[in-house]
Amino acid sequence: MSNEVPLWEVFIRPRNGLAHKHVGSLHATDEVMALHAARDVYTRRGEGNSIWVVPSVAITASDPDQAAENFEPTGDKIYRHPTFYKIPDEVGHM
Amino acid sequence: MGLTKAILELADDHLVLGHRVSEWCGHAPMLEEDLAMPNMALDLIGTARTLYEYAAELEGKGQSEDDMAYLRGEREYRNCLLVERPNGDFAHTMLRQLFFAAFMEPYWQAALSSEDEVVRGVAGKAVKEMAYHIRHAGEWVIRLGDGTEESARRMQQAVVDLAIYTDEMFEGSDVSALPDRAAIRPAWIATVAHIFTEAGLELPEPKFPQSGGRDGRHGESLGHLLAEMQSVYRAHPGASW
Repeated sequence: MSNEVPLWEVFIRPRNGLAHKHVGSLHATDEVMALHAARDVYTRRGEGNSIWVVPSVAITASDPDQAAENFEPTGDKIYRHPTFYKIPDEVGHM
Repeated sequence: MGLTKAILELADDHLVLGHRVSEWCGHAPMLEEDLAMPNMALDLIGTARTLYEYAAELEGKGQSEDDMAYLRGEREYRNCLLVERPNGDFAHTMLRQLFFAAFMEPYWQAALSSEDEVVRGVAGKAVKEMAYHIRHAGEWVIRLGDGTEESARRMQQAVVDLAIYTDEMFEGSDVSALPDRAAIRPAWIATVAHIFTEAGLELPEPKFPQSGGRDGRHGESLGHLLAEMQSVYRAHPGASW
């Protein structure tokens, strides 16, 4: 059956103010059933207050073969990391 | 009819349907639904537990919720006949769920203003659960009713098989702490009619509606359900978990 049923990627927002985070994938016939399934599969223990579902075919992924040229050049650019600042606790999520 | 009996009827409805739905665990057609079904079963069983506890307290004979669930025989069960109907295929299961939830959602809505604190508490939680059951079962009924030739045929068969059990849900209860069941009918019809229109189904008026569950007169399938559900508790009296 799963060969005929499209795959969906599921994103959950744990709390207001945070971003939706990818939590997994599931099979469903359409977007309404995908939202139901996401609710039933991924929010059983109070994981969030908002769900996004996206057809997996709509996602364009980077090519693992290009990982070196994509990601390695940033390795030696430590000045891009905000480690030279002190962030006050009161700021909360950055 | 006293409050204790009325609460027991409600509790039995929820436990028996909850057990029925739980029978799908591990057998649903896909993993996603295999989690959705036990979720719904646990909603129903959770409600049943609170209601049994309350019924035991009202009765005042020192019984526990487990005693109420596991030590009463078939004739002592007071659930309506709809909830004990065997699962059949997915069309039957989802239609049974829709019929029940479409009744309970407005019922709990009305119970939110009950004079009874426990009833109000249960209603506050259950009304949201039932709203989701309507949505989930309703979407399946629409997709099966308006799906392939075979799914439509099976859905229509489920309507024929289960429609004869719906009238019993509205049979009177004159307990001031609980909503009048007969008054729920317009809301139930509105919900079901809306979904049936989208599903291309018609709600028949059964010539010979079945009832008797509230008096302990059940179909033969309830005995099998209780035998399975109660066997562990009866084999190990007093066991706790």
